[in-house]
Amino acid sequence: MESINKRSIKQKIDAYKRSPLSLILFLLVMLATMLTIGILLFIIGYIMVKGIPHLKLSLFAWEYNSVNVSLMPALINTVLMTLIALLISAPVGIFSAIYLVEYAKKGNRFVGMIRLTAETLSGIPSIVYGLFGLLFFVTALGWGMSLLAGAFTLSIMILPLIMRTAEEALKAVPDAYREGSFALGAGKLRTVFKIVLPSATPGILAGIILGVGRIVGETAALIYTAGTVAEIPQGKDLLFDSTRTLSVHMYVLSSEGLYVNQAAATAVVLLGIVVIINGLSEFAAKKLSKV
Amino acid sequence: MTKYQESIMKAIFFVAASTSILAVILICLFLFVNGIPAMAKIGVFDFLLGRTWKPNNIPPSYGIYPMILGSIYVTAGAVLIGVPIGLLTAIFMAWYCPDKLYRILKPAINLLAGIPSVVYGFFGLVVIVPFIRDTFGGTGSSMLTASILLGIMILPTITTVSESAIRAVPQSYYEGGLALGASHERSIFFVLLPAAKSGIMAAVVLGIGRAIGETMAVIMVAGNQARMPAGIIKGVRTLTANIVIEMGYAADLHREALIATAVVLFVFILLINLALSLLKRRAG
Repeated sequence: MESINKRSIKQKIDAYKRSPLSLILFLLVMLATMLTIGILLFIIGYIMVKGIPHLKLSLFAWEYNSVNVSLMPALINTVLMTLIALLISAPVGIFSAIYLVEYAKKGNRFVGMIRLTAETLSGIPSIVYGLFGLLFFVTALGWGMSLLAGAFTLSIMILPLIMRTAEEALKAVPDAYREGSFALGAGKLRTVFKIVLPSATPGILAGIILGVGRIVGETAALIYTAGTVAEIPQGKDLLFDSTRTLSVHMYVLSSEGLYVNQAAATAVVLLGIVVIINGLSEFAAKKLSKV
Repeated sequence: MTKYQESIMKAIFFVAASTSILAVILICLFLFVNGIPAMAKIGVFDFLLGRTWKPNNIPPSYGIYPMILGSIYVTAGAVLIGVPIGLLTAIFMAWYCPDKLYRILKPAINLLAGIPSVVYGFFGLVVIVPFIRDTFGGTGSSMLTASILLGIMILPTITTVSESAIRAVPQSYYEGGLALGASHERSIFFVLLPAAKSGIMAAVVLGIGRAIGETMAVIMVAGNQARMPAGIIKGVRTLTANIVIEMGYAADLHREALIATAVVLFVFILLINLALSLLKRRAG
């Protein structure tokens, strides 16, 4: 259809002369797009220019203190937090998706409930998760502001994201695969784990990577669940140590107002992580579309 | 043995699937149990419509009306800025964009969606706040600043969701428009867009949800004065900001009042979700 509608530039200009409204709409579309691209470039460019000169080696020192506000502890805490949160939410999310796609019967009321609650969860603002984490994990379960409380809060937060992407990935596996597996005498469970899951892996992975992105960028849900202590958790109770992730670190730095340059440098690191995460997720998703 | 395994794993899958239901029940339970009594103690009307929030006064007053208005104003501003730009960008992506550019633009929009809110907040703090201060006077931390920043933050949501809504309209609609003598633009704006209406509305509602729930970025640029909103270049405090700012040192009734603030926010979000699922059903 592209080739049928191809017109020369002169034809286009003539058409716009005849219809000024079309021209105005066309200009508005172009303006808005340039604005969107411009904003993105400006934000990224500005943060790069402000942050990169302050991205010194000392910012990656092992110890955090008020003289050198190192981001290293926060970086390590972010990795720990991400791993623990994923350890909880990835199996639960994937298993729920398996239940929804492979086991549940269509029109089941229970399935409707799961869908409704998952949608509700994905709409809840992170500060509400944070408050819930404070009331439930920190206070009611008595975990205190800790790595574990933060990770559990985050794992509930990213659960709907992982569920939805895993569900879509499983649905994209052709039924012929399942039928072929059944025809060879495999049971349901074997079919799910040996046939369906491996073919859906790239899609599931894309979702999990997006989840990592949300964890890395999260602040509001963590301030009152994991706290803001800038130390790497150590010792045998390390799961119950209070920690700050990179985003929280950056928030604390920029709200104190004393370390604007270091905050900018942290922003560069955060941006770098986000770019890598987005790239990985897209790579995984592209692999899915090739299947 | 295998049959045993099958049923055990089926049970595990079932339990995993119930987690989201359990989570919603727990969240509702803990918020409502901790928040509703405070609302009752303060008085529902005094709490929701009270115009002064002075938890440290004797006697303290807990009226969150200024914050409710603050959230609504800031969100409305964000929608006014984000929706037109986002929708027009979506139209560009779906109907103007050459393939080569699309391969760059789409990841760029995704990147915009992935930037953490603290980074947006920082950008607002060091760029938009001084700009507003120099242009309009005042401190620069204002309703306008927060609206602009939130408008930028909801751009990717609006763009992505409305793009797929526009793409979901059958091509024949556009061709029909052309066949009747309409120009490219007229076919898109007057034939395709009305057909994609519910999907675009869903995008707007989703954007509203994002904006009203955003916390950190807003705190960093909105000024956060707990009083009735006084103008677009004056500071404003939102519901989300109220919770984060005071939760750190609040105790007793003050603390419960903050949880009740979250309950109000939660109810807002539930209403938005309800609107969203109705729209999705209409869009098919």
